[in-house]
Amino acid sequence: MRQRNNLIGFAFLAPNMTGFLVFTLIPVLAALVLSVFEWNLFQPAKFVGLRNFVDLLGFFRDEGTWYANDPRFWKYLANTMFLMVNIPICMSASLLLAIILNQKIRGRVFFRTLFYLPTICSGIGIMLLWMWIYNPEFGLANRLLALVGIEGPLWLKSYHWAKPSLMLMGLWGGMGGTSMILYLAGLQGVPQQLYEAAEIDGASRWRKFRHITFPMLAPTTFFIFITGVIGGFQGGFQAAYVMTKGGPDGATSTISYYIYNHAFQWFNMGYAAAIAVVLFGMVFVVTLVNWRFGGKKVNYV
Amino acid sequence: MSKVADKNARRITYALSYVFLIGVGISMAAPLLWMLSTSFKSPDADVMNLKDILPDGLHWENYRTVMVETNFARALFNSALVTITITVGQVFTSSLAAFAFARLQFKGRDKLFLGYLGTMMIPGAVTMIPVFILLRHLHWVNTYWGLIVPAMFSAYGTFMLRQFFMTIPRELEDAAIMDGCGTLGVYWHVVLPLSKPALATLSILTFMGSWRNFMWPVIITHTRDMFTLPVALAQFQEMYGVQWVLMMAGSVIMIIPMLAVFIFGQRYFVEGIQLGALKG
Repeated sequence: MRQRNNLIGFAFLAPNMTGFLVFTLIPVLAALVLSVFEWNLFQPAKFVGLRNFVDLLGFFRDEGTWYANDPRFWKYLANTMFLMVNIPICMSASLLLAIILNQKIRGRVFFRTLFYLPTICSGIGIMLLWMWIYNPEFGLANRLLALVGIEGPLWLKSYHWAKPSLMLMGLWGGMGGTSMILYLAGLQGVPQQLYEAAEIDGASRWRKFRHITFPMLAPTTFFIFITGVIGGFQGGFQAAYVMTKGGPDGATSTISYYIYNHAFQWFNMGYAAAIAVVLFGMVFVVTLVNWRFGGKKVNYV
Repeated sequence: MSKVADKNARRITYALSYVFLIGVGISMAAPLLWMLSTSFKSPDADVMNLKDILPDGLHWENYRTVMVETNFARALFNSALVTITITVGQVFTSSLAAFAFARLQFKGRDKLFLGYLGTMMIPGAVTMIPVFILLRHLHWVNTYWGLIVPAMFSAYGTFMLRQFFMTIPRELEDAAIMDGCGTLGVYWHVVLPLSKPALATLSILTFMGSWRNFMWPVIITHTRDMFTLPVALAQFQEMYGVQWVLMMAGSVIMIIPMLAVFIFGQRYFVEGIQLGALKG
């Protein structure tokens, strides 16, 4: 066992490694190559150099004003970032729930399970449910608002309400999910002596949270935030596809939905690959931040 | 602070906590219960009427309509086949690779493992276009092969199982080797049986992930006979968007297997989430 045996080692690795090469490593390289071609799947591919990237990221000047070559890309990138505002909101809610559940309280396990339910059920079923809730004429949301005399918005059908609607759905589905579980685990790891010492000093509840709980949870917070951002850059496809078709007027289109449309609706394989490469770059930067700072315990303030 | 005031403050906190927990709990459970209730309503009931929260009887025929008339039975079968095969395949390939990374000595092992870790951050959107093109050449588009094979290999699963395998005491392996076990024997008779919790956790996470996976099945399937449940539901919504009763029945069908897996595997969930968080 202990001596080196390359043959046996690689034999065990082979099944996974083959799949890894064929479906991850080579495709990543292929995406890089594809991004400098123009190809619609049906005619021969044409080498275009960096033109896809210029078309995607470039600007031109007309009568003294700068315009983006592809204004949709910037708009959808802004949408993607806007939706990520939900990450700190959800995290705060998760932390609050976790702190409350971390008390000696009857029915903890029951509530924990209950709050986890939307995460379990998440997916298209939940999206259809929310489409119904948000229906402007007969949806639950506007019916309830009507009871208290408020005329509700058009929700997903309104340019300005569409993104907040998706974020509210995300908050409902995510606040009691994975991040709450991670926060609960983090809270269990905070040494009780710290609180006891603070109590002797007469620290208030808020000061204990501010100076003990929050700093001790910093690694957890950092992890949840980074994974949230990495996921956020790639997110929004399913909601756009199922609930809004990216609309109204592109209000809910995200980068991943844009990539999908270029690749599989309009068959601009090269251009889609170029957007994917740019997305990869953004995710890579976030990952570097994670590698740089994530390993350290950042539990000082 | 006096003892009495302290006690009172504690009681108030306790009461407020409960009010808050119950409020949040209701807001989470209510839409789900409403979905369930609606799925049993009469197909021509005024589902928008808030006064009739409970259905006017259990209209199981909604489920029959969804299953038979909208081809959901086939989609359910597809989803089950695809998900189970992916789960078994992923656990199998991941455990072999994880065993190699955790226990075997070979050239470049640790560098390779770092490479695996690095690929966990590659967005699916980057690989999906070349993989689609590859599968098109293999004539795997709109086939079970196309749905299953690309998802059978997981860097995450390898990583997670490796972390677990590392915690298994070496002495157990040495004893097995003394008894004449080969490498394969150690893997099969020692490491795998001792890793049942980790294998269960990975299975559950993989099952959940591929059951609700949407993007890849949308890309790779084109005809109704190949749709998985999420794709079939999305298409159903596009075609019959106003038939809320049937749509809720379809959603319930989609959700029940995930709930079942959650209930049976609850204790592995928390572990799995935490294992996943212990990166690096």
